[in-house]
Amino acid sequence: MSQTEQAPALAEGVDTPTPPGRTSSLLARSLRLWRTRIGVLFVLVLVVIAIIGPWIAPHGASEFVAPPFSKPGQNGAGILGSDYIGQDVYSRFLYGGGSILLSATISTAIGMILGIAIGLVAAYARNALDDVLMRAMDVIMAFPQILLALVAVSLIGAGWGIIIAAIALTTAPRVARVTRGAALPVVERDFVAATESMGLSRPRILTGELFPSILGPIMVEATLRLTYSIGVIAALAFLGLAPDPNGANWGVMIKQNQLALATQPWGALAPILAIALLTMGTGLIGDGIARTAAGIDRERGDE
Amino acid sequence: MRWLRGGGISGFVVRRVLLGILTLFLVSVVVFVATQALGDPARAILGRDATPERLTALQNQLNLDQSLVQQYLNWLGGLLHGDLGDSLAAQLPVTTLLHDRLINSAVLVFCAAVISIPLSIALGSYAALRREKPFDTISTNIMLLLAALPEFVVAVLLVILFATTVFTWLPAISAVPPGTHPWDDPEILILPTLTLILAVAPYVARIMRASMIEVLESDYVEMARLKGLPERTVLRRHALPNAIGPVFQVIAINLAYLAGGIVVVEYVFAYPGIGSALLDAVVNHDIPVVQALAMLIAGVYVVVNLLADVATILVTPRLRTRL
Repeated sequence: MSQTEQAPALAEGVDTPTPPGRTSSLLARSLRLWRTRIGVLFVLVLVVIAIIGPWIAPHGASEFVAPPFSKPGQNGAGILGSDYIGQDVYSRFLYGGGSILLSATISTAIGMILGIAIGLVAAYARNALDDVLMRAMDVIMAFPQILLALVAVSLIGAGWGIIIAAIALTTAPRVARVTRGAALPVVERDFVAATESMGLSRPRILTGELFPSILGPIMVEATLRLTYSIGVIAALAFLGLAPDPNGANWGVMIKQNQLALATQPWGALAPILAIALLTMGTGLIGDGIARTAAGIDRERGDE
Repeated sequence: MRWLRGGGISGFVVRRVLLGILTLFLVSVVVFVATQALGDPARAILGRDATPERLTALQNQLNLDQSLVQQYLNWLGGLLHGDLGDSLAAQLPVTTLLHDRLINSAVLVFCAAVISIPLSIALGSYAALRREKPFDTISTNIMLLLAALPEFVVAVLLVILFATTVFTWLPAISAVPPGTHPWDDPEILILPTLTLILAVAPYVARIMRASMIEVLESDYVEMARLKGLPERTVLRRHALPNAIGPVFQVIAINLAYLAGGIVVVEYVFAYPGIGSALLDAVVNHDIPVVQALAMLIAGVYVVVNLLADVATILVTPRLRTRL
């Protein structure tokens, strides 16, 4: 029953545990690869835009500056034109990344912590607890992330709290599966038995011995989960279920300006390119870390 | 499940089916608890300023005055008899409401699966054979970037490219007028299908490549080559059957993912399938429809995974002997 959603990354060999000590420099070593550098560049550019954007925006997020769907420069509109009700696309673009980035990061972090904890406990238990935990994870994984988020939002109402909770809850089982898979072979190794005989407490063994040994696959998983969280949160906004349905938010902007793609494509195209670059960036970073962890860092030049 | 072993292939299949039924049962509990037990469905439907009389009337209509266990058993009993209740918004049986939409979505998923699975198996195998040559490098990197894109981003980019802005070859909206079928006007299927293919193919191709590389480096493939078998026979008889096993799992996950991914894709193209039905139901707080569709999508995941587990055992010679 190997229902690993991250099979591509695992197949590259990242589930081979890296000895502790080498892992601390994993990110630094992965930066030798061009793909990681490009990924970091994409992500940095968009994070900077999202953070300083609201300060450098020429207009307010919901300020009317020109007739609806004015092309760039036309009718006094800004460099990206105006949107469906005449707001400045460039300003809304600068305002629109913060909420997505922040909520995606928080929900991924919560989901990772939960999933790592469950996965480590399951792998170390080696008894019925392992089966029960993993069966429960299977049940949650039967629901696509977006489905569970949709149901939660429909019952409780769109709010950042409920969206973050839904994404974290659906992230955790996928992380737990990978964590358990990576930790199982480590649990069998001698140094774990040695720490047991030294009388270390279970939490100490899990966090101090087991966790550092599987940092490679965990970091790959974190970038993958962040990529999906960004996608699902932006998709919810695109489907009209953002907490603030008229707020400046890249997903909302795509929905609102999709009507005029033929005449004024920038209203939708700018946020689309932003989300695409962001997710491709996290994807490239994840691939770079996976290759480094698997020892495939002999890649040279512009590959 | 360590405490149940033995019985060969049939024993494995029986265990796996029982496990699937258990998972489906737990899924139904989750769906019920999430939709009906948490919070107050009647209030969610009527909104905050509902009068107490209307709340009571609706609570009676939804049988909310019964105990939760009784409500769940009634709902599960109906589910097992194919009675999914009545839609609150349309005042129609859910089965009637979803019948055509289910067919429409099935057509879409079928088209995407039939094209993307052979295509990605071929792409992945070819990349493995051309390992670290230009074709492999380029296709692997393109797959990596495509896999990172959310499907609604792919969908809108395709609309910009092929329907509205750069070219205007294809319809941007895939409406299916009532009384007609999607296959009456196949043109409307192209962009939604292409979106789903681009969402699925990268994963399957990557795992196929990795699996094929592992098999090509194995002793038995080298043995077959040393025996002097023609390369084509080596690939078809020895490499492919062993390489394709892990791919079934990924195909299963992606097929199940398609069942969820269509929500967004159907919305972009205004395609009348179960995805857009789910979205309407969510917006209207139409709980019986939400329950039916959540059960359906999760059920597809469980069943497809079960089939993949069995298929993996059946096609992979080295796994079969371990049972």
